[in-house]
Amino acid sequence: MAQTATAPQPGREAAGSGRRRAERLMGLAMTLPGILLLLVFLAVPFAMAIGLSLTNQRLGSPLPLRVVGLENYTETLGDPDFWKAFFNNLWFAAIVVPLQTGLALWLAILVNRRIKGIRVFRAIYFAPVVVVMAVAATIWLLLYSPERGLINGFLQFISFGALKSEWLDSTTMALPAIILMSVWQGAGFQMVIILAGLQDIPETLYEAAVIDGATQWQQFRFVTLPQLRNTLLFVVTVTSILAFRLFDQVWVMTRGAPLGSTRTMMLQMVETGFERQQIARGSAIAVIFFLIVLTLTILQRLVIKEDTGQ
Amino acid sequence: MSTVESAVGVRRTWPRYVLLTALAVFFLFPIAFMLVGALKPDAKVIADGDSLKAFWPEGASLENFSDAFQRARFGRLFINSVIIAVPVVGLGLVVNSLAGYGLARLPFRGSKLIVLAMIALTIIPLEAVAVPLLFLVSEFGWRNTYHVQILPFIANPLFIYLFYTFFLAVPKNLEEAARIDGAGPLTIFLRVVAPLAKPAYATVGILSFLFIWGQLLWPVLVTSGPSVRPLPMGISVFIAQPPISWGDIMAFAFMMVLPLMAVFVIFQRWFIQSVASSGIKG
Repeated sequence: MAQTATAPQPGREAAGSGRRRAERLMGLAMTLPGILLLLVFLAVPFAMAIGLSLTNQRLGSPLPLRVVGLENYTETLGDPDFWKAFFNNLWFAAIVVPLQTGLALWLAILVNRRIKGIRVFRAIYFAPVVVVMAVAATIWLLLYSPERGLINGFLQFISFGALKSEWLDSTTMALPAIILMSVWQGAGFQMVIILAGLQDIPETLYEAAVIDGATQWQQFRFVTLPQLRNTLLFVVTVTSILAFRLFDQVWVMTRGAPLGSTRTMMLQMVETGFERQQIARGSAIAVIFFLIVLTLTILQRLVIKEDTGQ
Repeated sequence: MSTVESAVGVRRTWPRYVLLTALAVFFLFPIAFMLVGALKPDAKVIADGDSLKAFWPEGASLENFSDAFQRARFGRLFINSVIIAVPVVGLGLVVNSLAGYGLARLPFRGSKLIVLAMIALTIIPLEAVAVPLLFLVSEFGWRNTYHVQILPFIANPLFIYLFYTFFLAVPKNLEEAARIDGAGPLTIFLRVVAPLAKPAYATVGILSFLFIWGQLLWPVLVTSGPSVRPLPMGISVFIAQPPISWGDIMAFAFMMVLPLMAVFVIFQRWFIQSVASSGIKG
């Protein structure tokens, strides 16, 4: 190793650059499997979604492929079922985003305390995340049973028989029922992300606030909330995107029934692209869905930029 | 906030525990309902469903479990899920960590651009490509196979990005020391860096296991019979298949989430940390 300290010799120099080239090649070789897989299974299908949406492609159809321009989009946007699905997603998002984020924030604050047994409570609130959505939906299907379900049983018990609902069989209550189940299943996930954000807030900020005589509410309003801003923005964005991805719950519980009151964009896409084999129409729905996701993501980035710009 | 409380003075903590326990009941009752239902005869699951008796395993037996194996072919579906999840998680860890390391430490022409592309790709969800991908794999004649459920999920831009940021933060001097000793990049990666990256591997491994074990949309599109069908697809078919027997369904559901529960209990700290770090980009 003493040689490395001496003046570089021409031969060493060449060996060094040869080695660097070898390392660059190695870097490319290590990255390549990942890049190729992402190209084939993500980038190419994504480009295909745009391309196919402009054609008349069907699955296994003998008809010649034809470019139809924006026909799939105009037909999708002219389809009342699509709008029904879109507004169901929007309505789902409008309730779930504030409800789930608020609940997760409250839970995160509750479990961000060093008291005995708190890790058990953290684990319990997170447990429904481990019960994957397909299973959660299955359990709640029985809990929501109008005649023998536990939810109605509980409501009737506390109201002396006055309260009950048809839940998943009712056009007005089916979506709220799916909302409640979704919040139950997913709140733990957001709680953990917010908890990580809470633990990054410097303790000294609270100490300073206490010295200034801030109440608990003022500490929350003027220390916790501003410090959590980016975490909460992230959670709100992810939850909104999840709301537009809504599929597993409705597939297991209702398949869009009753009367399309739980129809969602993803259900519409599966029915169109898969069950009716209309690849082109399904791709158009996928592109519209992606534009929604893109808009939500850009909005989040813009708000964060604005914040750091100040 | 703990210092604040100690500053305010030691308050009685029992009201806090009452609140924490009430919330615990809300989050646990459906899971308890599933566990108890799995042990009870079908008729009892329905009859006791609307009262506290739902949580009392009267006439408990393991009959539902054997029924789930016979009626819903739980064993076959479980093996299918394992055949799919093991390579998705295992190969995923290899492919994504290699890519993350290559991009972080062995820059080549265009690697900066690839990092940016990776960040852009993280916003494309599976749902946005599912239909054209279905068309593509149908052209390949890949429907109703294991590999069609494995290959699309190995490489993941979010996981590559997580590894990339982790490797960027590893101090360079360890690698330099090995480099001076004449070790090649692959040796350095395998002997020096990968062992340091256990937290990143645990994070990505747990997240991808959670995701692939619960995946429903893709199997709905590409599987048609029980031969290669995974568990989530299996349960969605089972609950629509008369005669509906809720005891069997609850036993199926319980056995289906058991591996995840086991991983969760064993790796609880990692589990929670991995979810937290999936939000780090925020």
